[in-house]
Amino acid sequence: MSQSQTAQAQHLPVATRQVGRLAQSLMAMTLGLFIVGVVGFSHIDVIHNAAHDVRHSNAFPCH
Amino acid sequence: MNTFRSIVFSSVIAGFIVGLIVTAVQQFGTVPLILKAEVYEKAAEHKHEAAAPPQAILVHDHADHDHGAEAWEPRDGLERNLYTAGANILTGIGFALLLCGFLAVRSGATGEPISWHEGLMWGLAGFAVFTIAPGLGLPPELPGVPAAPLLSRQIWWTMAVLATSAGLGLIVFRRSMPAAIAGVVLIMLPHLIGAPELEHVETNVPSSLSHQFVVAVTLTSLVFWSLLGGLTSAAFAYFDRPASA
Repeated sequence: MSQSQTAQAQHLPVATRQVGRLAQSLMAMTLGLFIVGVVGFSHIDVIHNAAHDVRHSNAFPCH
Repeated sequence: MNTFRSIVFSSVIAGFIVGLIVTAVQQFGTVPLILKAEVYEKAAEHKHEAAAPPQAILVHDHADHDHGAEAWEPRDGLERNLYTAGANILTGIGFALLLCGFLAVRSGATGEPISWHEGLMWGLAGFAVFTIAPGLGLPPELPGVPAAPLLSRQIWWTMAVLATSAGLGLIVFRRSMPAAIAGVVLIMLPHLIGAPELEHVETNVPSSLSHQFVVAVTLTSLVFWSLLGGLTSAAFAYFDRPASA
């Protein structure tokens, strides 16, 4: 138990440093899709009303 | 996390600038048409309210679950435009993050920085994927024009975006005949399946207004993606210099 925890702690910083360019790019792309998803596609009324004109102007499905 | 930081910096800067410019462009292009259409939409709602008993209105509002009396919405004028600007900036940043992710992978793979011109090409690919392809099946719609259930349209929209981006990717990056054919078929596929639509559409929004809106949305979107491609790539080339890596 404690041995595996130590192993994890030792691996974590190395792994974090070595997160490659591809993984970092994928993280950024996921974040971007999340933002676009909330602004353009969320069914929550308040978000829909705030972003209403932008949804229509971007031809996102609306109403 | 240098790459991630460079992508985020570039995307926030590019998304902010493009969001503001596009907000200004929309004030001349799409927003006046939306406001005109809302006059027809509200006129139709009033007619409906006058004709239907109060109980029916309540049910109707609940079923539609937008423009409901209880949901907050920004006041017309400055407040509404500020929210539009904010949503445009967020959309710009979101799409820039996506675009810049591709730019980072591409420049990492070849070791060469991305020129603004190549960024513009990526931006135009975004225009094809996010505007042209979904817009063929689901043309930009004005308020007050009835359409198929929202979720079914959102699912088809997402399908069109995925198929078109995968198809373009096959054509551009796998330079072989079978891949090119598969790419073209993939781009056609969502349109062969067909977008969800209503059999009978009844609206008092004039069709000339709807047509103007399709043109306005497409042109605004072209401006958005061209600027986003050019600016994101220029910013990323700056932040991703070897010295800072």
